[in-house]
Amino acid sequence: MRPDIIVVGGGTVGAAIAYGLAGLKQRVTLLDGSDGDFRAARANFGLVWLQGKGMGLPAYQTLTRASIALWRDFTTELESLSGAGLDYENTGGLFFCVGEDGFDKRLSQLQRLHNQWDGGEPDWEMIDRAALEKLLPKARLGRNVSGASFGRLDGHANPLKLLMALHQGIVLRGGTVRSNAAVSKIERVGSDFRATLDGEQITAPRIVIAAGLGSARLAEQVGLVVPLRPQRGQVLVTERFDPFLPLPASGLRQTAEGTVMIGATQEETGFDVSTTSDAASRLSQKTVDVVPALAGATLVRQWAGLRVMTPDGYPIYAQSQSHPGAFVALCHSGVTLAAFHARDLASAILDGALPTSLTPFHQRRFDVSQAA
Amino acid sequence: MFRKLHDPGPQAVTIFIDGRSVSAEAGENLAAVLLRQAEGWSRTTTVTQSPRAPYCMMGVCFECLTEVDGVGSVQACLTTVRDGMRISRQLGRRVLSA
Repeated sequence: MRPDIIVVGGGTVGAAIAYGLAGLKQRVTLLDGSDGDFRAARANFGLVWLQGKGMGLPAYQTLTRASIALWRDFTTELESLSGAGLDYENTGGLFFCVGEDGFDKRLSQLQRLHNQWDGGEPDWEMIDRAALEKLLPKARLGRNVSGASFGRLDGHANPLKLLMALHQGIVLRGGTVRSNAAVSKIERVGSDFRATLDGEQITAPRIVIAAGLGSARLAEQVGLVVPLRPQRGQVLVTERFDPFLPLPASGLRQTAEGTVMIGATQEETGFDVSTTSDAASRLSQKTVDVVPALAGATLVRQWAGLRVMTPDGYPIYAQSQSHPGAFVALCHSGVTLAAFHARDLASAILDGALPTSLTPFHQRRFDVSQAA
Repeated sequence: MFRKLHDPGPQAVTIFIDGRSVSAEAGENLAAVLLRQAEGWSRTTTVTQSPRAPYCMMGVCFECLTEVDGVGSVQACLTTVRDGMRISRQLGRRVLSA
């Protein structure tokens, strides 16, 4: 059957949008690439996070807050539909500060961010070492840990189970998920869009491009120029431990299964998903400075993924002016923003117009300096 | 279940499994030593606490994880015994000790 909407890209972003559209009674076809593609969704760290985000673009903090406000309800619905447990915990999150300098620097960063935002109460507070020790009675802290910022809206979830549940949810809502379905071409045919796959064409009146780093080439075919670059993030994973870290922290969290995830690097190394011993060493050192007992942990995995980065690091949401009905949705916080993508964004795409609250995320913001 | 086919004679070493002294042969694979113990299992799983024994014997299945001289989750099948080595069978998830 001919779909109402084609979503190109089966990562967390595309899947959340498709899941939302299927819930709005749209016949959705999600076209996922292949395992040989760069798959950021499968390398994700799993934070559902607010604190520290949005420097220079307060609308991003507003967007992140809106998504987190939807997250619990979104998870409950998705879990009951798919039967999967997403391990979502939202009892707050930490950013560890090392040294008095580190504490002061974090405080001034968060204050600056809060002053830019101007939208009410801050989501964070600075806590000293004594308060931090009370929060983490089973983790002896390194001697230079001076405290932390505590974000009360922060949390974490299992990003792989989220992705799997979204794919299941699409199918259970009557949609179609196609794997090994990389799109090579998108054309306008009358008032429809025709996507060309390997030996096959699929046509629908609307199309959403959420194909991560593969998006630029496709978006260009519908009149949208989206500047993207890969940014490598490496993550380490330990053996499973009895729970000792009740709250996730930026770069350090204990999963529901007991493994400790340590992350993540930010490297401008192009389309290269190699892992490096240098990164393993730096990530380990940083972690042992905070929780020295982890020096005795056995690492079971190290992986690298490529973030989908725009020039300013913030998302791109846009509808094409030359090809109305074609949308693009790109970001590197697909987990935190999943609830927003499944609810508000899916519904705006169905309405055929993105709300003015998303205007700051149009990719035309990158054109300004070229025009000047 | 399993037994050693020959007497190592002067090549014999002693290792300790949960504090109990066990005879092994110098250069022997630790998983092989674990397999010939009476209990038959060498750890319990981290989620359901079900017993596990060495299985693939070539480093891929991770069933033979064990604590060796204080280092946790070591693959016994990739470990050679040394005289005086101390082995603890891992029960469920390890506790991160400070």
